[in-house]
Amino acid sequence: MRCGSVETCRKVPEVSLFRGEAVWAEARPSKLRIMASLNLKGIKKIYPHSGDQKKKKKGKSDVPEKKTNLQITDQGVVAVQEFNLDIADKEFIVLVGPSGCGKSTTLRMVAGLEEISEGELYIDGKLVNDVEPKDRDIAMVFQNYALYPHMTVYENMAFPLRLAKVPNDEIDRRVREAAAILDITQYLERRPKALSGGQRQRVAIGRAIVREPKVLLMDEPLSNLDAKLRNQMRAEIIKLRQKIDTTFMYVTHDQTEAMTLGDRIVIMKDGFIQQIGTPQEVFDHPANLFVAGFIGVPQMNFFDARLSKKNGKYVVTVGSVTVELSEDKQKALNAKKVADQDITLGVRPNHIHLGDGPNAMTATMDVSEMMGGEVHLHANANGRDVVIIVPTTELTGEHRDAFARGAKISFTFSGSTCHVFGADDRNLEF
Amino acid sequence: MKQKSIKGSRNVATILTYVFLILGSAIMIFPFLWMILTSLKSLAESTQIPPTIFPAVPYFSNFADALTSLPFANLYVNTILMVLARVICAIVFSSMAGYAFAKLNFKGKNLLFTLILVQMMMPSQIFVIPQYEMLASVSMTESIFALVFPGLVSAFGTFFLRQAYLGIPNEIGEAAYLDGCNQWQAFTKVMLPLTGTSVAALTIFTAVFAYADLMWPLVVNTDINLMTLSSGLATLKGQFMTNYPVLMAGSLFAMVPMLILYLIFQRQFIEGIALTGGK
Repeated sequence: MRCGSVETCRKVPEVSLFRGEAVWAEARPSKLRIMASLNLKGIKKIYPHSGDQKKKKKGKSDVPEKKTNLQITDQGVVAVQEFNLDIADKEFIVLVGPSGCGKSTTLRMVAGLEEISEGELYIDGKLVNDVEPKDRDIAMVFQNYALYPHMTVYENMAFPLRLAKVPNDEIDRRVREAAAILDITQYLERRPKALSGGQRQRVAIGRAIVREPKVLLMDEPLSNLDAKLRNQMRAEIIKLRQKIDTTFMYVTHDQTEAMTLGDRIVIMKDGFIQQIGTPQEVFDHPANLFVAGFIGVPQMNFFDARLSKKNGKYVVTVGSVTVELSEDKQKALNAKKVADQDITLGVRPNHIHLGDGPNAMTATMDVSEMMGGEVHLHANANGRDVVIIVPTTELTGEHRDAFARGAKISFTFSGSTCHVFGADDRNLEF
Repeated sequence: MKQKSIKGSRNVATILTYVFLILGSAIMIFPFLWMILTSLKSLAESTQIPPTIFPAVPYFSNFADALTSLPFANLYVNTILMVLARVICAIVFSSMAGYAFAKLNFKGKNLLFTLILVQMMMPSQIFVIPQYEMLASVSMTESIFALVFPGLVSAFGTFFLRQAYLGIPNEIGEAAYLDGCNQWQAFTKVMLPLTGTSVAALTIFTAVFAYADLMWPLVVNTDINLMTLSSGLATLKGQFMTNYPVLMAGSLFAMVPMLILYLIFQRQFIEGIALTGGK
């Protein structure tokens, strides 16, 4: 049975928002789709100085206030540099980082909307630096949807196909398929203005997938949605990905999106890649202090500490507390022959446990946040703010009162959950 | 009690607003009424002091006199051709130039746009002589083209539509490129339709301005059969004596096309003027 007749589809009470699964499977019996890898080699983007900036530079040499720490050369502001990344066919890559880190610029260079200043970009093994965006066989979903307000949803989705001179019946088939997948069939005759934010974003995704592009680029597609809808759409993107099976490149500043969606995450800052890895890798083994702080909510706790060797074992000392590092960390540090030094010690909030003992640190309670399943304790230890996550199931009545402001608490953490960062902010295990 | 007083003061405010608006409308409509009334007076009555408000005897022969003293059919055709051509040129060229200035990057863009702004700020009268000489040098005066000539490009239109294009997010154009548009398709299929309201406003502005343009048509075409309504009517005004009732009757005839246009496009007229006022 073909579910293309929307009426029958809609009548089926189903929880899934992608009711068109059957349609899609039917339409694509064999995987004839062209797959594509993506290779970025030494990509660099320089925004040249504008006229007045040059004049200013000649006049006086001091650089005006900088908003970000982007490198500024004689040629201009370097927004992205040394960007090397090989994206496998069908991989879901997420670029993540704070504002101004160059993630969107990188995506736009892949799209062809920004010129590549240096380096080489290959799609499917073909050098595309000088290929027009429309000939790159990519599609993009924008943060603000970028739907054409004067066209209906149907026309919006059919637009790229019409430009590609696809026959009308084929256009109709593809648009209806995509609409069924995204559950927007009932809105096909509406204009974007008459749709909610979530529906508009579905249309934008629909317009991108009807073309069956080699690479699907998404530039913060969920940022304009409210929190609840964002969570819902995030789940839908995961489902969509299972269905359309193409290479994804996704930009976000939200680490949760990055962790949940990406096969691999590329963390960027100030135009440089900080780390590339699977969500678990970057969470468990952050390459530097920035990644450690950026990935994970609430943020990792940092302490000023000393790394030293005692009886042939590496230990970290925070104040009066000394913790021996775990075996795999000993091995990594030994292999790199790391010397005794002052370090920044990082421990995630959920790796800290309340309790006394010889190795317990003490802190003064600041505030506690009840999150339902867990309580986030904000305390102050040796002048540093510490966040501790305590599951509410571990709390008994008397404990609840113990978290009043100014109360003393003590906590411990194990050597396997310590992250040690050297003076240059790099993880010493790497 | 207090509620009542608030209600009372609101009423007073409403009444004052209405009085103010009615007064304003009366002032605006008075010349128009005066024109109708004068067109029905005899020459003597129209110039007598103290003036009368209503004609003693309505004098409909003024309308017949106006029709015989001017070739109205020609004037209508000339005016409509001029207005149409100027509107089309303004929309086509201003849309393209406005799009280029708003969305494309090219060398000298700012300099060129400054030149356009400068042109907009200059009084148009200073261009009359050079423009006349240009036409005269190619023997193009005394023609419909001569009437249209200064309206071929519109600095104001370029500026106005540039603003409209600036209001469209860049992502829309980028989406069009990614969807497979070339520059021209992105412009015609996506960007241009989005400036509809502004184009309508520009159409109305250009039409009203061209319709009311007197100086240029008067300078460039001296043959009465090649004149526009405004310049044709001006010939009714003599150096020593003017037959005001006939002039007013002629003016009423001249208003007819604009009035019809207004009745058809009332909503767009108001929206257009509100748009230019609001931006």
